[in-house]
Amino acid sequence: MLGFLDRCTARNASLASTAGVSNAHWALLACVWLALPACSKKPGADATPSTTLPAPSAQIQGAEPTAAAPLKVAFAYVGPVGDAGWTFAHDKARKEAEAAFAGKVKTSFVENVPEAADAERVIRDMVDQGNTLIFGTTFGYMEPMLKVASDNPKVHFEHATGYKTSNNLRTYDSRTYEGAYLAGVVAGAMTKSKTLGVVGSIPIPEVIRNIDSFTLGAQSMNPDVKTKVVWVGKWFDPPKETEAAQALLDQGADVLMQNTDSSAVLQTAEKAGKFAFGWDSDMTKFGPHAHLASAVINWTPYYRKAIKDALEGSWSTSQIWWGVKDGAIDLVAISDKVPEATKSKLEEIKKGLKDGSFTIWKGPIKDQSGKEVLKADEKAEDKLLLGINFYVKGVEGKLPSGK
Amino acid sequence: MSELSLLLGSSVDSGTPLLLAALGLIINERSGVINLGAEGLMLIAAITGFATAVATKNDSFALLAGAGAAALFAALFGLLVIWLNANQYATGLALSLFGSGFSAFVGIGYTQESLAAAPHHGFWMHHYLVYVAVLLTLGLSWFLFRSKAGLVLRAVGESPESAQALGYPVRLIRLAAVISGGALVGLAGAFVSVVSTPLWVEGMIAGKGWIALALTTFATWRPGRALLGAYLFGGVTMLQLHLQGRGVNLPVELLTALPYLATIFVLVLISRNPRWIAAHMPTSLGKPFYPGA
Repeated sequence: MLGFLDRCTARNASLASTAGVSNAHWALLACVWLALPACSKKPGADATPSTTLPAPSAQIQGAEPTAAAPLKVAFAYVGPVGDAGWTFAHDKARKEAEAAFAGKVKTSFVENVPEAADAERVIRDMVDQGNTLIFGTTFGYMEPMLKVASDNPKVHFEHATGYKTSNNLRTYDSRTYEGAYLAGVVAGAMTKSKTLGVVGSIPIPEVIRNIDSFTLGAQSMNPDVKTKVVWVGKWFDPPKETEAAQALLDQGADVLMQNTDSSAVLQTAEKAGKFAFGWDSDMTKFGPHAHLASAVINWTPYYRKAIKDALEGSWSTSQIWWGVKDGAIDLVAISDKVPEATKSKLEEIKKGLKDGSFTIWKGPIKDQSGKEVLKADEKAEDKLLLGINFYVKGVEGKLPSGK
Repeated sequence: MSELSLLLGSSVDSGTPLLLAALGLIINERSGVINLGAEGLMLIAAITGFATAVATKNDSFALLAGAGAAALFAALFGLLVIWLNANQYATGLALSLFGSGFSAFVGIGYTQESLAAAPHHGFWMHHYLVYVAVLLTLGLSWFLFRSKAGLVLRAVGESPESAQALGYPVRLIRLAAVISGGALVGLAGAFVSVVSTPLWVEGMIAGKGWIALALTTFATWRPGRALLGAYLFGGVTMLQLHLQGRGVNLPVELLTALPYLATIFVLVLISRNPRWIAAHMPTSLGKPFYPGA
């Protein structure tokens, strides 16, 4: 209990300071009321209880009317822009997209918006400020955005990683599993023990899909490869990630992957003289010997498209899921240790994904129990991938249930 | 190497910060001062050590800096509870809360930093501090039960009045114990952020300070038993991850709670026998001492 209180205090103290809010008393009040709102993030992180006080940082930044009346675009972020991972990547793309439409677009953002009732208030504020294109970058904003969207039919809303749409609410996401597959190809070529290890965060379809795709990629190079999985139950908990990675190494895994957000897994592999990957951003510097490649997400192409749609009046609702083909996913910083043959195979796959001649989820694919999920040459529909709840053959252990 | 020996090796790694912190707290408590601020001290040491490692690229220097920072705050705590006779429990809790907030504040600029991990090989597959911790355990055992200075320290903890009557400077001895204990707790905190997981994340000690406090009781204030307890807790932590890797279907949430369940279990077990625990507990633990009275 005391440890819990501690961490809340720490969390909120830092939130207040990160945001650079001058009125320090907010930080104190927030300590009491805000318990842990911003600790969860990303799609599927559990919704947090609603709070009654505004977050200290919940002020629209950089939004003022201008004479040329550019398109006003606002972003709601779940974490601080300096988190080095999820929110950082979105904010980088925001800046790049704004630069691409210099003068025509004025963007603003609010960071540390909890996945709770507070989000609705922040998003309504954005509408009141005259923003006509609004992005929400975490799963937990789904219901608040749906509500605000129905009250403001003339404003376009964009929700990352959600599954509900309306006339003026569109969803967007990236096919992170394509990056996982490409990493799997490298892992399959590099493993000697034929055992791979994955440190999983939370068992939701996105993560299960990544573990499966990683395994399929490895099996394309080496059919006997097995994958062991250890779940840590968090998106970001470096000490726990370290211990989980160590456990996988102890059990004979010699190439590690993770769907968590820190570089801890890579660093653990570096210490042990084994291999691992970077996830979400290029992590080469954290384990120069162990690093094989980094699977990264680039939101810029999508933000440019969405802004272009709004500027040209061609915006319409849909569910958008972009991957390698659209420049949203890539495997970068491939190590010199990876054989040339494997590198050219990666290029081939990327090219195939781009021109549509290659499909990752194409039968025959069997699940863990040996049951055929996809018949030979049958391609998986997005619906199957979006709700995936099984391990493919070669992944060991049972999927934690109840999520 | 077999998986079992690797599991044991990882358990020792995982238990080392607990052991170092527990040794420090044993020194504190043997002198009659209980420091509930261990978690906060470890966090302060973790960020100090990490920042030093980023600046100097030198592990040993970083570990010392962490120990030094924690010793400094422990000294402050010592002045408050030994000279001003502030309530030890309340002051310790305040130190713990302060330490977590303060470390988070200082650490804001360091969340993006990371140290490149140094590969370990062969017999020295563990960091040298893991071996040092074992030597420290032996050394502390010898000090407490075989040396005159240790006898005086225990006397101060058992009966400060008698120790004073014999002419020992009770308050200074307690301060020395609090500072050296704090330094060991700090070494444990710096070990976490510099060696185990070379990163800074706020709150990254994640309850290890509290487990170390529980361990001192579990070990009945004996260094050797603290070593066993620390490795046992490290073992439970690693075992649950190993079981997952082996595909044993247990709920992750329950497995994650295991070390804490074990802590409670041990506390319940030893408090069932009040005579046993009374025989080892420093009699003046947590009580203020007024030299003039």
